[in-house]
Amino acid sequence: MSISRPIPIPSTPLIRRAAAFQAALRRPDYRGLYLPAALVVLWSLATYFGWVDTRILVSPLETLKTAWHLLISKMLWVSLGYSLARDASGFLAGSIIGLLLGTLLGTSRLADRLISPTFHAFKQIAVFAWIPLIAVWFGLGEPAKIAFIALVVFPPVLLNTFDGIRSVSRDYIEVARAFEFSTLQQSLRVILPAALPQIFTGLRLGLIYAWLATIGAEYFLKAAPGVGNILIDGREKFLMDQVITGVAVVAAVGYVFHYLTARLEKRLLSWRTRTDVP
Amino acid sequence: MAKPGTLSIVNVSKKYKVSGREFPVLEDISLDIAPGEFVSVVGSSGCGKSTLLRLVMGLDNGYQGEILLDGVKIKGPGLDRGIVFQEHRLFPWLNVEKNIGLALQNSPLSPAARRDAIREHIELVGLVGFEKALPNQLSGGMSQRVAIARALVNRPEILLLDEPFGALDAINRTKLQAELQRIWQVEGITMVLVTHDVEEAVFLGDRIVVMQQRPGRIKRIVPVTKPHPRTRNDFDLLQIRESVVAEFSNVAVETVIA
Repeated sequence: MSISRPIPIPSTPLIRRAAAFQAALRRPDYRGLYLPAALVVLWSLATYFGWVDTRILVSPLETLKTAWHLLISKMLWVSLGYSLARDASGFLAGSIIGLLLGTLLGTSRLADRLISPTFHAFKQIAVFAWIPLIAVWFGLGEPAKIAFIALVVFPPVLLNTFDGIRSVSRDYIEVARAFEFSTLQQSLRVILPAALPQIFTGLRLGLIYAWLATIGAEYFLKAAPGVGNILIDGREKFLMDQVITGVAVVAAVGYVFHYLTARLEKRLLSWRTRTDVP
Repeated sequence: MAKPGTLSIVNVSKKYKVSGREFPVLEDISLDIAPGEFVSVVGSSGCGKSTLLRLVMGLDNGYQGEILLDGVKIKGPGLDRGIVFQEHRLFPWLNVEKNIGLALQNSPLSPAARRDAIREHIELVGLVGFEKALPNQLSGGMSQRVAIARALVNRPEILLLDEPFGALDAINRTKLQAELQRIWQVEGITMVLVTHDVEEAVFLGDRIVVMQQRPGRIKRIVPVTKPHPRTRNDFDLLQIRESVVAEFSNVAVETVIA
């Protein structure tokens, strides 16, 4: 079993090409930036040559100026803070409900039979259809916004938690039984780790949806400090550079969430992908 | 009082219910296995040999008859029995050491004694240096070694092996059969091996239980008196292998005639 002993690799053209290919895979790939760069160039040309009305599409330079002013002003950061706090509260509430209900439905056949049909009907309702009801039940203030975000977050968390638990292999359960695991040991040592990748997928989706819902809530429920308000304010005053900046901030936050959760997933669930010999 | 590792299977029958109809899987199986004995159960697929092992493990209690370990009726799974399945069934999120350690979850041993037991069993299956490896970094043969270590770490009285090498390639299978023979001699515990590989059954077993299918019955028990360690191409073993293989060709002929 001499698995880890390195064998000297001869240098042939084919092996050199394979090595070059592997090195290329390891280098960061910047090709994803081509499209946005091309769009910015097009945007500059369109505004420079007056192909479009610059009140509707402000030039990149003007937009950058506005963005800079916003970035050094306190307003943007305070707004962002409000939005993120809202996002976090809604995400927390929604994911806790999703995790608990998903676990219940995943572990109890009876609960599954009783509750799942209702849930599947419920999730067909477009989230924005809830806004009038939420407004009546929770008012127009902060609780309504958080309720709306939670409402968006909990279905993907629930579904993935449920599915993760349900798809734990019977083979693993049998091993746990053979070693006389108690129900608690079985849940913590076998079912939870086996279901974790999918639970994580649900939470990740929930986090991304939560941010979309935060902007939606700020837009459709009563105005309050937040990134959504920058957008509304920009639209009302017809400041398209402010709107574009707001959109960019929303996108940047979403991208940061995406990036951080991807990194976290890679760290936490490295056992799925590591195939190298230590 | 029976010696530890005595297994008695007394008139065991089992039926499966499929959409209201009953299908007999095992019919009137009786078998006494002595402490330290190596018994191979051989039969074609569908003869209920794996079901029998599941009953002994206590994973299924829906049967008639009695199964006794050291004179005590088996009511459920227990650490006095270890099992190795055809698939290694290691937990992919735990490394080798922790996979073996998980079997000690309910062991009365102290933490220090557990660490010793894990180390000893990694040595026993020849995986020193791979303690921190994850299952998907191991080959099939290595994974099955870990599964054997995990099944033995509680020092069971009896080790049950359900076609443990069935999914391995021929080279690894031969290697692990020899390893298992060595481990059995070192540990001195009772082993029951279920297999459809007659060569494997004869190479390892002190007795070969030949099973017949539909419903699963014991057709014949063939003693193999050749002492261990054995060599694979021993002339006596070859002859026994021939006679066991002949049992199956007879069955085939009978089926065709019927």
